[in-house]
Amino acid sequence: MKHNLYRYILGIADNSLILGQRLGELCGHGPNLETDIACTNMSLDLLGQVRSYYQYAAKIKGEGASEDSIAFLRKEREYYNVLLVEQPNTDFGYTMARQFLFDVYHLLFLTELQKSSDLTLSAIATKSIKEVSYHQRFSSDWIKRLGDGTEESNTRIQTAINDLWTYTDELFYLTDADKAMVEEGIGVDVATLKDAYYKTVSEVLEEARIEIPESKYFQKGGKQGIHTEHMGYLLADMQYMQRAYPNMEW
Amino acid sequence: MSEEQIKNLEEQFEARIARDEKIEPKDWMPEKYRQTHIRQISQHAHSEIVGMLPEGNWITRAPSLRRKVALLAKVQDEAGHGLYLYSACETLGISRDELYEQLHSGKAKYSSIFNYPTVTWADMGAIGWLVDGAAIINQVPLCNTSFGPYARAMVRVCKEESFHQRQGYEIMLKLCQGAPEQKEMAQDALNRWWWPSLMMFGPTDAESTHTEQSMKWKLKRKTNDELRQQFIDQTVPQAEILGLTIPDPDLKWNEERGSYDFGEINWDEFWQVVKGHGPMNKERMKARVGAWERGEWVRDAAMAHAEKQQERKEKQAV
Ligand SMILES: [Fe+2]
Ligand SMILES: [Fe+2]
Ligand SMILES: [Fe+2]
Repeated sequence: MKHNLYRYILGIADNSLILGQRLGELCGHGPNLETDIACTNMSLDLLGQVRSYYQYAAKIKGEGASEDSIAFLRKEREYYNVLLVEQPNTDFGYTMARQFLFDVYHLLFLTELQKSSDLTLSAIATKSIKEVSYHQRFSSDWIKRLGDGTEESNTRIQTAINDLWTYTDELFYLTDADKAMVEEGIGVDVATLKDAYYKTVSEVLEEARIEIPESKYFQKGGKQGIHTEHMGYLLADMQYMQRAYPNMEW
Repeated sequence: MSEEQIKNLEEQFEARIARDEKIEPKDWMPEKYRQTHIRQISQHAHSEIVGMLPEGNWITRAPSLRRKVALLAKVQDEAGHGLYLYSACETLGISRDELYEQLHSGKAKYSSIFNYPTVTWADMGAIGWLVDGAAIINQVPLCNTSFGPYARAMVRVCKEESFHQRQGYEIMLKLCQGAPEQKEMAQDALNRWWWPSLMMFGPTDAESTHTEQSMKWKLKRKTNDELRQQFIDQTVPQAEILGLTIPDPDLKWNEERGSYDFGEINWDEFWQVVKGHGPMNKERMKARVGAWERGEWVRDAAMAHAEKQQERKEKQAV
């Protein structure tokens, strides 16, 4: 098996899976019907992308692997999503801040992944890019609305941005599998996206009257499978059926 | 307007409906027509959005990615149905905020079926198959109802509901073809959802009020008992294909009537749930009111931002 490629795909797809799962929690509980529908849409887009990635990963892995065995049957230490996407839906401010901080990265990432020498990955990137540019527009608009809106909304979104900022640096960290894939012309060198990322993020925050956090203390670990305490509960929920009723078709 | 003039208008109005013409929001209509439609359409809209909760309960736990995506899309469709129906209702001169207020204060009703809990994955199958199935039987006649915006909303809604029903049945089919535990799960779901689904058609005709008026306005074309019978006759053979047993010992084909005879519905349970004391009434309201209250600062922010943007634009124009 092409071990590095397999790990590399998980590193991409797990972000979409975990973020899609988080957005799915909100379905039916949004601040109004329009945002409810929009958050469900983003969840659907992300999970659609996940299925393409995992179907490809399952082919590479062989041994009877399937999109579902990959999605549901790994141990917590074997999920490689960044810490940012597993953070909870504390309030709508956190949900939008998490979305925005991820979307800006995601769009830059997919734009580069389109150039991958791996044709399956570049095709998935091309297909996903339209969806993700819409996500970024949606979350940026909400960042601006919440930042500019009322004093309360400004305080709340500022708090969310401050709290989640610590997870942004991990986006630009390369694992060994990432490095190997960059060398083969398959992977994206995410370190090179960092300046563009903080530039776009800062522009939107400024327009939204949100202060750019100055903290230089960052958290990472997700890309190595070391997660925050939230992750275990998310997985317990997500894996429940597959664990309680093993080896069945649904 | 004199009484005579109003009487004249009413006669013309009823004649238009009898000729199968659509009534549009700008047309003159009797106050009673307006109020009845606000009540019925908003009740329907509330049912769609409260109905998101029991199924939303399984999105995070769906057993496969395919099922998760399909369930998300289904619950999202229900949100869309709520959206068109609220819009149709707003054309009658009431705001969405007022309608929510009626729901949250308990003044407005919604379909009682959503006051039952979803306790296993098979409930996603049973709801699609039975609840969306019963909804279709109730709603197909509304595609020809007299009020234009409602009729048009229902055409779109019914198309999606039949897709939901097929999807629900397919979940059941998969369970019934699966391991014994899965088939048991399916039977258990049918046992719990069968009677509440029959109750979705409302009280018996003998007990049912304002049927005549509703028939005239094409809000109803068949009686509750006729629709219920249609549902049973349609569903029993589907259960047979699944190899599941309908939980009614009195269910029996009646050759003479060409229909199934069935057992007595527990009307005490029906009224208990309608009056707000079902297993999940309080939870459902808590979830709706909670989402609305937690969202208040968000809606306020959006409004304030829009106003500020408008001001900025005006200043620039000067
Ligand atoms: Fe409906
Ligand atoms: Fe619906
Ligand atoms: Fe439906």
